[in-house]
Amino acid sequence: MSTILEIRDLKKSYDGGFEALKGVNLSIEEGEIIALLGPNGAGKTTLISAICGIITPTSGSVTVGGHDIRTDFRTTRTMIGLVPQEVSLEPFERVISTVRFSRGLFGKRGNDALIESILKRLSLWDKRNAQIKELSGGMKRRVLIAKALAHEPRVLFLDEPTAGVDVELRKDMWDIVADLKADGVTIILTTHYIEEAEAIADRIGVIAKGEILLVEDKHALMQRMGKKELEVQLNAPLDALPDSLKSDAVRLGPDGSSLIYTYDTRAERTGITKLLSDVAAEGLVLRDVVTRQSSLEDIFVTLVKEDAA
Amino acid sequence: MNWTAIKSIYVFEMTRFFRTFLQSLISPVLSTSLYFVVFGAAIGSRINEVEGVSYAAFIVPGLIMLSVMTQGISNGSFGIYFPKFIGTIYELLSAPVNFLEIVLGYVGAAATKAMFIGTIILITAFFFVDITILHPAAMVLFLVLTCVSFSLFGFIIGIWAKNFEQLQLVPLLIVTPLVFLGGSFYSISMLPPVWQAISMFNPVVYLISGFRWAFFGIADVPIGVSLLAIAGFTGLCLLVIGWIFRTGWRIRE
Repeated sequence: MSTILEIRDLKKSYDGGFEALKGVNLSIEEGEIIALLGPNGAGKTTLISAICGIITPTSGSVTVGGHDIRTDFRTTRTMIGLVPQEVSLEPFERVISTVRFSRGLFGKRGNDALIESILKRLSLWDKRNAQIKELSGGMKRRVLIAKALAHEPRVLFLDEPTAGVDVELRKDMWDIVADLKADGVTIILTTHYIEEAEAIADRIGVIAKGEILLVEDKHALMQRMGKKELEVQLNAPLDALPDSLKSDAVRLGPDGSSLIYTYDTRAERTGITKLLSDVAAEGLVLRDVVTRQSSLEDIFVTLVKEDAA
Repeated sequence: MNWTAIKSIYVFEMTRFFRTFLQSLISPVLSTSLYFVVFGAAIGSRINEVEGVSYAAFIVPGLIMLSVMTQGISNGSFGIYFPKFIGTIYELLSAPVNFLEIVLGYVGAAATKAMFIGTIILITAFFFVDITILHPAAMVLFLVLTCVSFSLFGFIIGIWAKNFEQLQLVPLLIVTPLVFLGGSFYSISMLPPVWQAISMFNPVVYLISGFRWAFFGIADVPIGVSLLAIAGFTGLCLLVIGWIFRTGWRIRE
């Protein structure tokens, strides 16, 4: 795989002195799906806007397929498709004409067969002659995607594509993203739904306060940062942790009816055998045993908290 | 040049125009007819010829200019303000187009619409008065230049405006008075000397004078000065738009 998007020390500050981007560095490989996770105001949309040409960065450089976004903007912008966060569409326009307009605006000659296949793939074909204002919120989001795909971009930015979208449509979106990836389109999506990043991304980038905190392969990240918990549910609640069980890894669960043991799945010895034999030696009677993997959400909260500290 | 993009913007804007074709057509025809009834027939019957031309015919060039200027401004400003207002400007800014292409698309469409309406008013005028056009080529040139320059001016207003009130402010408070005081319905020579001198600071005087010259061969100011004025105004608008796109003022902020 080759690098398709290279961001070097990208900064954006505003007149009031607010620094929306504080020197972002990021390389994106062709054909991957990268999810940028971050709280509101982290700089996700600013980063996308700077790459796409909607705002002018203060300093730094961005290249798309080796072309600079400032000196060679025609090439880079032709390669990029953008699905914005806000549903911005002309209410009186018809679906098919707004999609055709997008293709023309990007300098591509009309191609009705392609437009038809895009609209069909997004379940919009039946609505092609409907006015935008007649569509539901979810349908409008699909129109935004169709517009972004109309000029056959190689890199697609999806800025919070499933914000305020129902569960069914969200799953549909994920399928569409998977299809696009299969076609070789590189996808950069921002989200604050961790579930979404976990479901579809190859790599995860965490962004907060205008800085990239980390970028890592999703599975590696979850393995590295992901702790596993073993919950030993007891028949009779305890007032306090017995001395023989006291350690940093063990704590008493809520109302004393369980023991919670945190361990690292990659360690040579997880310590589970010892824990269970200690529990037996203490004469405690077990009711059930449950294990849990920490989710990306926990990892994310931890990271952002560490950064704030 | 991204000609496909220019064409796309142009067609998109013209589609909007034709979607509301009847309103676009009826309103100028109706208001022009009213002007002819009130100014031409009622008042005109009590006014002798102005510089050898019947009053009803005399006001035709001014009426066309009045509509063309206001139409140019409103079309030019709305075309770019609306995408800003509803947020679809993101697409324009992220597209592989430069400022010249955006201006050609939007201003080209706005100017076409203004031309269209100017022509309709001229046709309507033929139903009310006898007019002969002495210099047809000059008439077309003035019409085109006025449509283009006022659409450019409208484009600037559309970028400057932060809300619908501001969008209406310049046309209402500045342009309409300038057009009415620019000799649409009278010859500057009919004014007292002080007002004649003041009128010379009104740029619209030069445009209407030049346009009227193309019709009847009579003018308040020399035709060369009129041409210079309209060319200067167009150049000024282009400079301002060039600056806007270089700096991203009110667009890429």
